[in-house]
Amino acid sequence: MVGIVEYISYISIFASLYFEVFLLISFLENKEVHNDEEFTPGVTVLVPCFNEEKTVQGTLESLLQLDYPKEKVNIIVINDGSTDNTREILKAYENNPQIQIHDKVNGGKYTALNLGISLATTDFIGCLDADSFVDKDALRLIMKRFQNENTMAVTPSMIVDKPNNILREMQKAEYHFGNFTRKSLSILGAIHITPGPFSFFRKEVFQKIGLYRHAHNTEDMEMAMRMQKNGMVIENEPKAHVFTVGPDTVKKLYRQRVRWVSGFLGNMIDYREMLFNKKYGNLGIVVLPFAVFGLVAALTLIAITAYNTLINIWTEFAKLYIVGLGDFSIGSFDWFYINTSAITMLSFLLLSLTIFSVFFGQKLATGKWKLSISPLYFVFLYSFLLPFWLLKAVYNNAVRKDASWR
Amino acid sequence: MKTPDWKKYLFTFVITGIIFITAFYFNNYFNEKRLLEIKSIQDSISTDILSSETQFSLLSELSCKDLGSSILSQELNHLAEKIEYSEKNIGLDNREVMQLKKFYSLLEIKDYLLMKKVSERCGKKFVFVLYFYADAKSCPDCQKTAYVLTYLREKYPQLRVYSFDYNIDVSAVKTLINVLKVKNELPAIVLDDKVINGFQARDLMEAALKEVYPKETATSTESTTGTKK
Repeated sequence: MVGIVEYISYISIFASLYFEVFLLISFLENKEVHNDEEFTPGVTVLVPCFNEEKTVQGTLESLLQLDYPKEKVNIIVINDGSTDNTREILKAYENNPQIQIHDKVNGGKYTALNLGISLATTDFIGCLDADSFVDKDALRLIMKRFQNENTMAVTPSMIVDKPNNILREMQKAEYHFGNFTRKSLSILGAIHITPGPFSFFRKEVFQKIGLYRHAHNTEDMEMAMRMQKNGMVIENEPKAHVFTVGPDTVKKLYRQRVRWVSGFLGNMIDYREMLFNKKYGNLGIVVLPFAVFGLVAALTLIAITAYNTLINIWTEFAKLYIVGLGDFSIGSFDWFYINTSAITMLSFLLLSLTIFSVFFGQKLATGKWKLSISPLYFVFLYSFLLPFWLLKAVYNNAVRKDASWR
Repeated sequence: MKTPDWKKYLFTFVITGIIFITAFYFNNYFNEKRLLEIKSIQDSISTDILSSETQFSLLSELSCKDLGSSILSQELNHLAEKIEYSEKNIGLDNREVMQLKKFYSLLEIKDYLLMKKVSERCGKKFVFVLYFYADAKSCPDCQKTAYVLTYLREKYPQLRVYSFDYNIDVSAVKTLINVLKVKNELPAIVLDDKVINGFQARDLMEAALKEVYPKETATSTESTTGTKK
């Protein structure tokens, strides 16, 4: 039994390490050259809203302050049947020449986006979730990437806005890690999510492959997968910053992540033909298989760690129960007792690479190397929380149940 | 979309493989270092044995007050802990670990016999406990007994606990088992020449110990050897 657990651990660690090394190599060998000239065509930014009374004003204000010719930025706000004060807040923008406001019966984010796309008249269309804000130069930087005629979509860097508790600090590091990953995937031609906050598309994408779909409540992933399936290029502009409000409670975070992971698994099932298919390049051969296996590996490693931790706690508890509280003394340090098993060293290396990648992502997005404690929250707290939403997402897919938005 | 880059996949595989091999290499390297350290302790203990035997031979010519309170090196305790750690982490299938464990058992018997003589001749009031254990699979209560004995030897400084693997292939241990008539019902404890089989709770053990424990108690904790599982 111990032997089997050990082999499973080694396989999981090998696969996880392989993928991290693969991303790092791709990231470090990046030889992308971009045209840095200004490119300011007309663009439409879609802002779907459902009960966003707390954040929609900030979202719109950040769009109005974009460093981009005003007459070339059309903002279409789609109020998707909000039941809170969102509509009242939007009233203040009714007379703004840059903003159009449309109300519709609640039908889900993808229906709001599709309505916006049908109303857009520009060649470039983007989306900004109404809980996110953009940097002034984000749009300008993104549009530069479209000077390559093959580029069909561009994704930004996402940063957690004002992380004011441990949970948000954890997400801050996670998003930096995401920025590193996204950049590496961009180099590999393997981006498979065009995030809701400020991803931009050529309008012809929707004309050629169709509008957004429900896609297990993860329409941003499905759209990227469909684009990849049709051989469309998706790029990343790490210096285009989008700030998003991360969930501030475990419950909200749990619901969000269950939706994301359920959607990922649902889309993987729908697009399973892309797995291990060399027709889809790095995405089909390495990225998607490892993304799926990564979930299995994460669950396995966490389960094994949890099991070992429980055994240790149980042993200490048994000792306490049998002999009671003894004298607590801290023994002298002896290197002899440091755990130097291969599995421990490899796990430590894996965690170190993850932390290193967080700093890479931070440097990529903010241009700064800044030490902070958030990567530790990410590595340790995330590992504790992850199994809960992974298991729920697996369960949802097993019983074919879509996760709700809120 | 970029075409599959097989060379990069292979290169990544080689890098990951090298990392894995390096981790295993370092693991072996540190384990060898551990065994070297144990061997060094073994050498030190060999000297102690020789010293013990010499002292034992000279005992009749020495006054009891010249005899050290701890004849056996304190390092024996450390050795016990390190062998136990090595057993768990390197494995008993390692020949060197097994050899060290056998040697440790012999040393314990040696010390036990010597200390009994010292106790008789010099009137030193030691209490001897011989503890026979087996692996967790065949003796689920052995670990609990080890906790109790560790607790007791810390609390009662004149208690000397000698622990033996019941199944170890050392003829001297087998002889000891035969002489003391210890049945294969583990854990087994020999206290004051009486064999107690099965797990004894802390209170029961302590009560049994108090019956034979000398009234005047010392404060030193030096005169104990390590308690294995």
